[in-house]
Amino acid sequence: MSEFQIGIMVACGAAATILTRFLPFWLFGTREPPRFVLYLGRTLPPAVMAMLVVFCLKDAKVLTWPFGIPEILGVAITAGLYLWRKNMLLCVIVGTASYMALLQFVFPAMANS
Amino acid sequence: MVQALKTAFPHTIPVLTGYFFMGAAMAILMVTSGIPAIWATIMAVAIYAGSGQFVMVGLLAAGFDPVATFLVILMVNARHIFYGLANLTRFRDFDRYRWYLIFSLTDETFALFSSVKVPPEIEERKFLTAIAVLDQLYWIAGCTVGAFAGTLITFDVTGIEFVMTALFVVILIQKLQEKDGRSPAFVGLAVAVICRLAFGSEAFIISTMIALVAVFALLRPRLDPVEAA
Repeated sequence: MSEFQIGIMVACGAAATILTRFLPFWLFGTREPPRFVLYLGRTLPPAVMAMLVVFCLKDAKVLTWPFGIPEILGVAITAGLYLWRKNMLLCVIVGTASYMALLQFVFPAMANS
Repeated sequence: MVQALKTAFPHTIPVLTGYFFMGAAMAILMVTSGIPAIWATIMAVAIYAGSGQFVMVGLLAAGFDPVATFLVILMVNARHIFYGLANLTRFRDFDRYRWYLIFSLTDETFALFSSVKVPPEIEERKFLTAIAVLDQLYWIAGCTVGAFAGTLITFDVTGIEFVMTALFVVILIQKLQEKDGRSPAFVGLAVAVICRLAFGSEAFIISTMIALVAVFALLRPRLDPVEAA
């Protein structure tokens, strides 16, 4: 594929992404949005945060080895530490380090599959 | 703006870690697929979407098909529509700042916008712009370093992507602890888990988005009693 064709493809990807981000503002930017849309704007952020957590974990292997254990432990450590210390940065770092250690040293078979 | 950047920086450290290594991973994959390295930087600037760019690598490797590219990326990134809806009124008076804020509204930037408390001494639009700019710079840096110097990352970063999961877990907990956030967060969790189990990994985002709008429409008399009346 030529660089020109790559450029066209990338431009299409950029246009699609920009469309998904600007669409709500083009639809409701200049006038008062319907009340249902404002209601969605209030209720969606907490719901979407749950969606993103599930999105991140959606391909975890829960039915075969290691049965999602690294993910469960990683989330439990992150959540437990946050409830205990209320420090976002600390628990993101410790949670991620724990998960990486679990994958690389405790369940190394999964890392290679 | 300098003060806004300084104050915003600590909030963005989880994103710095995640974007740098995930951007690098995307770029290494891209170069391995035979795409010239400079396109990693161009995509980081022009597309700026994590999962979207991973999918772009697959599309580019599969051959020239602009229509499929547009449609697939539209599907992958459809969740951004929700981020716009959630920030409609917030961005309204942000003047020229809003264009960049809308353009750069990724999962992680949206998550930070939903959780940070804007310091009283800094204008909200400047503070949010500072977060958005820093986040994109991390992504551009990761993509560029990965593309041009991917072989220099020699230590094992398996599992580094969990930094994003951890960030979302923490912000979800914050939402569960807020009076107004608790019910929508539980609804979101239930709907997302059910959609993942019922529709599988591929259709997860689209099915969850449709189900969320439907469930929130049904629950409106409970969650929004005054407005719905």
